[in-house]
Amino acid sequence: MVAIYGDGDDHAHNDKPTFFKRWFLSTNHKDIGTLYLWFGMASGLLGGFLSFMMRLELKEPGIQIFASEHTYLVFTSMHGLIMIFFMVMPALIGGFGNWFGPLMIGAPDMAFPRLNNLSFWLLPVAFVLLVSSFFVQGSSSGNGFGGGWVMYPPLSTSGHQGPAFDLIIMGLLAAGFASIFGAINFITTILNMRAPGMTMHKMPLFAWSILVTAFLLLLALPVLAAALFMLFFDRNAGTGFFNPAMGGDPEMFQHLFWFFGHPEVYIMILPAFGIVSHVVSTFSKKPIFGYLGMAYAMVAIGVVGFVVWAHHMYTVGMDVDLKLYFMVATLVIAVPTGIKIFSWLATMWGGSIRFEIPMLWAIAFIFLFVIGGVTGVVLSMPAIDVALHDTYYVVAHFHYVLSLGAVFGLFCGFYYWFGKIFGVMYNNILAQIHFWLFFVGVNVVFFPQHFLGMQGMPRRYIDYPVEFATYNEISTYGAFITLAGVIAFFVMMAEAFIVRRPAADNYWGEGATTLEWTLSSPPPYHQFNTLPRVK
Amino acid sequence: MRKSRITGLLGGATLLAALTGAAGAVGLPTDKSITFQESATPQMDMVTNLHTIAFVIITAIVILVMGLMLFIFIRFNEKANPVPSKTSHNTLLEVVWTAAPVMIVLFLIAVATRPLYYLDTIPEPDMTVKAVGNQWNWDYVYPDHGGFEFNSAPLTKEEAAAKNLPGLLAVTEPMVVPAGKKIRVIVTASDVLHAFAVPAFGVKIDAVPGRLNETWFEVREPGTYYGQCSEVCGQLHYNMPIEVRVLPQAEFDAWVLEKNPEYVKNEGITTEARNTQTGE
Repeated sequence: MVAIYGDGDDHAHNDKPTFFKRWFLSTNHKDIGTLYLWFGMASGLLGGFLSFMMRLELKEPGIQIFASEHTYLVFTSMHGLIMIFFMVMPALIGGFGNWFGPLMIGAPDMAFPRLNNLSFWLLPVAFVLLVSSFFVQGSSSGNGFGGGWVMYPPLSTSGHQGPAFDLIIMGLLAAGFASIFGAINFITTILNMRAPGMTMHKMPLFAWSILVTAFLLLLALPVLAAALFMLFFDRNAGTGFFNPAMGGDPEMFQHLFWFFGHPEVYIMILPAFGIVSHVVSTFSKKPIFGYLGMAYAMVAIGVVGFVVWAHHMYTVGMDVDLKLYFMVATLVIAVPTGIKIFSWLATMWGGSIRFEIPMLWAIAFIFLFVIGGVTGVVLSMPAIDVALHDTYYVVAHFHYVLSLGAVFGLFCGFYYWFGKIFGVMYNNILAQIHFWLFFVGVNVVFFPQHFLGMQGMPRRYIDYPVEFATYNEISTYGAFITLAGVIAFFVMMAEAFIVRRPAADNYWGEGATTLEWTLSSPPPYHQFNTLPRVK
Repeated sequence: MRKSRITGLLGGATLLAALTGAAGAVGLPTDKSITFQESATPQMDMVTNLHTIAFVIITAIVILVMGLMLFIFIRFNEKANPVPSKTSHNTLLEVVWTAAPVMIVLFLIAVATRPLYYLDTIPEPDMTVKAVGNQWNWDYVYPDHGGFEFNSAPLTKEEAAAKNLPGLLAVTEPMVVPAGKKIRVIVTASDVLHAFAVPAFGVKIDAVPGRLNETWFEVREPGTYYGQCSEVCGQLHYNMPIEVRVLPQAEFDAWVLEKNPEYVKNEGITTEARNTQTGE
């Protein structure tokens, strides 16, 4: 698309407020986006630390690191919750969505700037509640909640009678409301505040991905909130929603949870789809191939994502016809996903590809997402899932699509927009080191876990029979490599902020065509005071 | 009993070694293996075969995508192709890459449906065992043999090592069933969720308080087969193994009499009469 710019930005209103006012009372979408990014990074460090400790423990059979088995389960549970709700979602949706949603559609800010502020500041509150659960009584076995991120009752009700899990419920409710407010804001902004001439079918794919994600959040999170409230009442108010002794059913929670939980995985991956599309297009110097197909593939994934939830529950003892339905519905998702993969390849086809750092992350994303996607096809069949359910194969599968898919999308966007957000450029060599260590590391961590799962090693085990030793050891070596990659990332950040190489307005050149590249780096405090016109 | 277990293990191991050249044992995980555990039931045969089909397909897809990417990087990098094309549509291509996954999906649905129904349709069983998951052990009940029951608790690693049994897999007293018979297992739990799983049987079913789930298996060869609790259930989740000892029918009958001397073999006797005899 071609943009015809306004008369330039009105710099008279460009005075930045004082530090406290700017960062704590912020209503500016770019500042809030930056806050989300830093917040996601901090949570990612804690979530990463938890997983690193788990890998250290699993390096060899026996219990070496953890003083109690319960604490290990607390680490696995908190790793999942923190990475999903406090790392991937804030960084991808809150961070990049806030930054580039409005910029890409040519809007001066979000529709509800104060609501935006509330969305962000509920998160640290939620995070404090969640993290404080580490330090209070969980079950008779010790502090913290060790029932897995899925929080299935009765382990999360009668199995964890201490207040730790109540704190987690509160924290997740706060984070959930924050996300719902954010979703309302994104939907309103994208539907109403597009620049003149930017029809829905001219809207950049990242904005599409945020729009679809926001609808998923709006529809899925209230169901999680309801399930959490029911858990809370079962625990504290004597109700029996999930208690069979009172006529309730523990499996109802699983249905409610996964009705939220499956859209949630698309909530995490769709924004990454959007980012990767832009990066592939930019560095192939070609417009995205099959733009409409790409946009509606995301819509299709979002819609079908709501009717496949029970494929997480094949072993609960459900009716065989129901299993068949959920298998068919799940396999259907392979079709729009295939469209996306092939469209990325076709975008590169005939292009003039530059292997800049963001492009490396995008290519790696496609590679890893294909692997994670095809193992998802395997798991969708109940007659295979019976052997793989709740094993390390599942762990490998969802880390390939999330830890390696969503997180690679995250780093892809981070390097793509680094100069735009911070106004300084990263050092290419340090960024290369970060990429290669991280890419090799996570593959060494997760690829052998497929084999562990094939042999039947169950998830959430602090100790395992010696027959699982070799691949666990390899997997832990991968964690060391990944850790080195994380250190390289922070070295890269520090170097960039110390040296401060200024970033040009459009440092990627001809391939970068969306509206954010028409602005300075970083963009003015308020942009598009005169709305851009899009032909 | 012990002897037959060892014989079974040896027989199975020989078979496996003959088939794959691996030095693995039946009913146990094998280190460094990249495949499923050796199948011991017709169900697991089906699971393994279906997985093989799926594996071939997904490997082909991954190779196709990787191959295309590699070709693109060589042919269309900045140096090899300085002027990018401006193509952004090709209806035929888009139809093809929508239709091809649809065909693959239809094929997978076709091949995955029969195994699904085979696994989930419980045949008329020869006998029933009830498995009750507790934090952190199992109770096994034999309703067809007078309803005797016993607890199956994990051995500590030291106890297992002393007996030369696999750690975190061996138990104080295993579930015992006859070979070549259709065994129905009714699974439930007394406290939190657990899951009854034996990889070599292709069996995994959640144990849910207040609910009776059922599954079944028919083991071809006598032997000892191990599984592990497969739904997170608290701090000792990792040490809540399932051990199933499969005996020839005659040895199984002897075991039943040992467990329940009052049990009378029930040919031609109604359940009611049997219950009267066994004093239930």
